[in-house]
Amino acid sequence: MDDLRELYQEVILDHGKHPRNLRALADATCSAHGRNPLCGDQLTVYLKLDPNGIVEDAAFEGRGCAISVASASLMTELIRGKTEAQARLLFEKFHHLAAGEGEDTVPPELADELDRLQVLAGVRQYPVRVKCATLAWHTMQAALSGAREVSTE
Amino acid sequence: MAGMTKLREPSRANAPYDIARVRADFPILARTVYGKKLVYLDSAASAQKPRQVIDTLTRVYEQDYANVHRGAYYLSMKATEEYEGAREKIQRFLNAKHRHEIIYTRNGTEAINLVAASYGRNFLKAGDEVIISELEHHSNIVPWQLLRDEKGIVVKVAQITDQGEVPVEHVARLIGPRTRLVAVSHMSNVLGTILPVAEIIRLAHAAGAKVLLDGCQAITHLPVDVQALDVDFYAFSGHKLYGPSGIGVLYGKEALLDAMPPYQGGGDMISTVTFEKSTWAALPNKFEAGTPAIAQAIGLGAAVDYVSALGLDAIGEHELRLLEHGMARLSAVKGLTIYGTTPGKAGVISFALDCAHPHDISTIVDRSGVAIRAGHHCCQPLMQRLGAPATARCSFGLYNTTDEVDALVDALGKVREIFG
Ligand SMILES: Cc1ncc(COP(=O)(O)O)c(C=O)c1O
Repeated sequence: MDDLRELYQEVILDHGKHPRNLRALADATCSAHGRNPLCGDQLTVYLKLDPNGIVEDAAFEGRGCAISVASASLMTELIRGKTEAQARLLFEKFHHLAAGEGEDTVPPELADELDRLQVLAGVRQYPVRVKCATLAWHTMQAALSGAREVSTE
Repeated sequence: MAGMTKLREPSRANAPYDIARVRADFPILARTVYGKKLVYLDSAASAQKPRQVIDTLTRVYEQDYANVHRGAYYLSMKATEEYEGAREKIQRFLNAKHRHEIIYTRNGTEAINLVAASYGRNFLKAGDEVIISELEHHSNIVPWQLLRDEKGIVVKVAQITDQGEVPVEHVARLIGPRTRLVAVSHMSNVLGTILPVAEIIRLAHAAGAKVLLDGCQAITHLPVDVQALDVDFYAFSGHKLYGPSGIGVLYGKEALLDAMPPYQGGGDMISTVTFEKSTWAALPNKFEAGTPAIAQAIGLGAAVDYVSALGLDAIGEHELRLLEHGMARLSAVKGLTIYGTTPGKAGVISFALDCAHPHDISTIVDRSGVAIRAGHHCCQPLMQRLGAPATARCSFGLYNTTDEVDALVDALGKVREIFG
């Protein structure tokens, strides 16, 4: 049960049940559709970038497990105000953390964000669930790269 | 054919099903996961193996192994005898008329692809219609779509009812002058529904169409008599029938298989080869190019012996008790929805909880040792029809107990504890 509590921390349960920014963005500058073929979960990520390449707004639509919804919800909060490059770097660092790839350097300007993402570190004990945690992020990255579709396989 | 084991008489119908003895045959059931007793409720994905099958594989590799059909020496002849002996066991298991109507494949998927590639490509023309149903596994959807893209055939889909049934009228509605093949599941891997296949076959035959049944699930729960059914093709996987993975079966009527061209070319499937022209071997070798899964086929023979000795009637009765217990216990769980509620179903229960996604359910019950599947179960179109992107699914094998069903229900309590 303790292992499970570590995976399903209060923050995750909260974001899973009450996801933030769960909506379409009518004025999105880019968006992408992500699928996890393993479980059939799907979501769409919407981004609005200002002319300087700063994420002005981020939102998502879709259904999924608590892990994937919580991760998407946290992501939309954390990348707001970041540059495109910072958003990509945050994903890189988050991926490292979720996959349990050991010590990593933390860029000072993303330290708080990575700190908040620590609640998802529990997935590293559950290899098949890492894809749940990263689905929204893969989709965000695809949207930034101009792709419409992405699959985690 | 030598080396056949005599089947136990099917007079066990009234004998009590000795579940403790059955479980003792499955070594894996004694193991623990995360320090908890394993409760394996995913036999619809793949079944565990009895000692009799495991020992057969070991014996083949330790004592009786060589390539088949190729050597004029003792071991090769012995391996060939066992390999063909297993075919005969499967023939009797299905009550096929001829041994050579049993074609070995890698799995049920390959068996269906064989029919689509050989029968479909050669006997179906643009505009011809193949009827499938809404509850099909991707294995019985995609091969027909490939054929559609290649040949211009039309794939029609019979709808299910809200209880998850495929009434014969839903198939009848789609049958027309261009219907050439009806390819449906004998039993659904998600809903557990047993389809009215005898009626579907009569209906299709009256319209001049052939019938392929995807028996991957049904074969483990129900007695199947291909002659009584008068079915044209029957496909299943060995690994769900308590046999090894890597071996599957296509049953086809002799006349149809005879008329069909080979599926793959290579060794073992030819009669003569010159650079100008080759001629094909007789059935079943025509469809078994290359070195087959030798030990796996013999292992499947052992699995068929095992299941036959217990008797599918007795197994079916035991599993029905599990199903009834499971349906009663699960439907009493607060916030739980069951998908597939027809009384005409066998040992599979798909469900969802209002508080947690199937993935989260599966992760949580796993920590109590309970193995269930979560996801789309290779049936995405069915999921769309059900309006559920995924379900959790427990499925019963001949070794499960009502206590294990209770263990699942208890573990679901933990899901509620966490997700509230
Ligand atoms: C109804 C049905 N058809 C086809 C298959 C495919 O079986 P396999 O993957 O062994 O080829 C399965 C099992 O996953 C099934 O349940």
